[in-house]
Amino acid sequence: MNVHGILAIYRFEMARTRRTLLQSIVAPVITTSLYFIVFGAAIGSRIQEVGGIGYGAFIVPGLIMLNLLTHSISNASFGIYFPKFVGTIYEMLSAPISTIEVVLGYVGAAATKSLILGLIILATAAFFIDLQIAHPFVMLLFIVLTSLSFSLLGFILGIWADNFEKLSVVPMLVVTPLVFLGGSFYSTDMLPPFWQSISLMNPVLYLVSGLRWSFYEIAEVDVWVSMASIIGFLLLCLGIVVYIFKTGYKLRS
Amino acid sequence: MLAYNATSMNSPAPAILTVTGLSKTYSGGFQALKAIDLEIQQGEILALLGPNGAGKTTLISTICGIVTPSTGQVSVNGYDIIKDYRQTRSMIGLVPQELHTDSFESVWNTVSFSRGLFGKAPDPAYIEKVLKSLSLWDKKDNMIMTLSGGMKRRVLIAKALSHEPTVLFLDEPTAGVDVELRKDMWNIVRKLKSEGVTIILTTHYIEEAEEIADRIGVINKGELILIEEKQSLMQKLGKKQLILDLVSPISSVPEALSGYQLEMNEEGSKLIYTFDTQGERTGITSLLDDLKSAGIGFHDLNTTQSSLEEIFVSLVSDAATEQPTA
Repeated sequence: MNVHGILAIYRFEMARTRRTLLQSIVAPVITTSLYFIVFGAAIGSRIQEVGGIGYGAFIVPGLIMLNLLTHSISNASFGIYFPKFVGTIYEMLSAPISTIEVVLGYVGAAATKSLILGLIILATAAFFIDLQIAHPFVMLLFIVLTSLSFSLLGFILGIWADNFEKLSVVPMLVVTPLVFLGGSFYSTDMLPPFWQSISLMNPVLYLVSGLRWSFYEIAEVDVWVSMASIIGFLLLCLGIVVYIFKTGYKLRS
Repeated sequence: MLAYNATSMNSPAPAILTVTGLSKTYSGGFQALKAIDLEIQQGEILALLGPNGAGKTTLISTICGIVTPSTGQVSVNGYDIIKDYRQTRSMIGLVPQELHTDSFESVWNTVSFSRGLFGKAPDPAYIEKVLKSLSLWDKKDNMIMTLSGGMKRRVLIAKALSHEPTVLFLDEPTAGVDVELRKDMWNIVRKLKSEGVTIILTTHYIEEAEEIADRIGVINKGELILIEEKQSLMQKLGKKQLILDLVSPISSVPEALSGYQLEMNEEGSKLIYTFDTQGERTGITSLLDDLKSAGIGFHDLNTTQSSLEEIFVSLVSDAATEQPTA
C-alpha cells in the first residue's frame, strides 16, 4: 500500500484548507450564526416549541446537515476537479497509487474538513442555545458517515464535471433544496398529509431525522432506517468510485 | 566490488524498456499509435522526433499510465505497465509538455508532494540536492505562480526526479524556451545520463536530437518509421556535398563531366558534387582529375554533410509518398 502517497494527497488537501481558511471555516460559522439570528430569534419567537423542544435547538441538526452536505461535496469535488482543470492530474495518473488510495487521500481530507466544520457549527450553536446531546456517539457516527459519503459524492461530481458550472449545479440546485425540504427547519408533522408522504421520498429527511434523534430522541423516521440509508448511500458512492477508476471514466483516455 | 562478468563487458546494455505491438485507438476512432515496437537500453538518451500529432505524446503517456493502450505490451525492467503498475511507475519520471503546476504551492512543497505521491518516504536532503542541481534552491519558498516559464519547467523536472526514477521521460523539454535555457536543459540531461538515468525525450528540434541523443527514433502518423544510432543514421542517410569555388565562371557543365551529375550555381562560379559517404568510392579523386583535364581550375573547396533536419524531412515526406491518404 502506498501510504506515503495517501498522506501526500491528504496533506496537500488539508494545506489547501489552511490557505482558504476564510471560506472554509469562517464563512460557514458566520452563515450559521445568521441562521440562528434569523430563524432562531426572529421566527423562533413565534414558534415556541417543535416536538417538545425549543425552535432554536430544533434547527441545530438541520443546520449541521446543511453544512456537512454542501461543504463535503464542494471540498471533495473541487479537490479532484482542480487538478483536472489545471492539468496536474497527469502526476496522479502516472503515480504508483491505486484507486482506493487516491480516494482515501481526497475523500479522507474532505471528510476531515467536514467533520471539523460540523464540530465548529456545534460549538457555534452552543453560543445561541442550551445544547443537549442525548446520544453523542450516535451523533458522531452520523456526522462521520454523512461527511464520508457526501465527500465521495463530491469526488464523483468532481470527476464528472468538465466545467465550473457543472461543479456547482448539484450542491446548489439539488442538495440545498433537498436540505430545506428535508425537515431541517420544520417538522413534517406541520405539513398536510400529502406533502408528508412526498417528504418521505427526500433522502435528506432521513439524515436530518437520524441526527436529530441523536440530539433529542425525536425523529421523523426510525433511527435505524436513517442509519441504514446513509450506509447504503456510502456503499453506492463507493461502487461508483471503483467503477470510475477501473474504467478510467473521464480520467484516462 | 571488484568482480565482474567478463562476458557482459562488450555486450550492449540491457533493455530497460520494451514496447511490443503497442497500438492506441482513441474512442473517437483516431488511431494514434500503430503497432509500435521499441527497445530502450539502460542509460541511453533516445530522442523521438516527429511532426505535430505524430503520436509522440501518446506513446509516452501510454508508457507512463496516463493513456490506456488498445493492444500490445510495455514492460519496464521486466515489469508489465498494467499488471505491475506500482513497480513500473516507481521507476519512471515524467516531465509533461505543458507547464502543469500547482500555482499556489511553494517549490519545496510541490516537489515533496511528488516524492510522497510516488511512494517514497520524505528525504529533505535528497530534495535539497535535486533543487540545487536544477538551480532552484534559492526559489524553494517561492510560490510557483511567481516563477518564469523556464523556472516552472525546472520545477517540473524536479518533481519528476523527486522519487529517484531510473527512466525519465521529457516531453518536448525545450519547447518555447530561449536558447540559453535550452542549452542549460541539455546540460541537465547530460548530467542525468552520467548519473545512470535512461532518458527518452520527444522534440521538434532536430538540433536538440543531434546535440544530445544516442539514438534517434522517428514517429510519423503513429508509426515508428525509423530507430537508429545517431551517428550511423547520419552516416547512412547523410549525403555529403563537395563545393568547388571556380577560378573562372563557366556557362555550363562540360559534357565530359556529365557522369558526376554536378550542380552549378547561377553565376557559374561554383560546382556542387553530391556523394554518398557509405559508397565504396566517393568519386572525388576521379572528379578532380576530370576537372583538371577539362581545364577547370578552382581556388577553394569544402564539404558539408546533410543535417538531421534534412534527413528527417526526407524520411517524413518519403513516408507520406508511400502511404497516400485517401
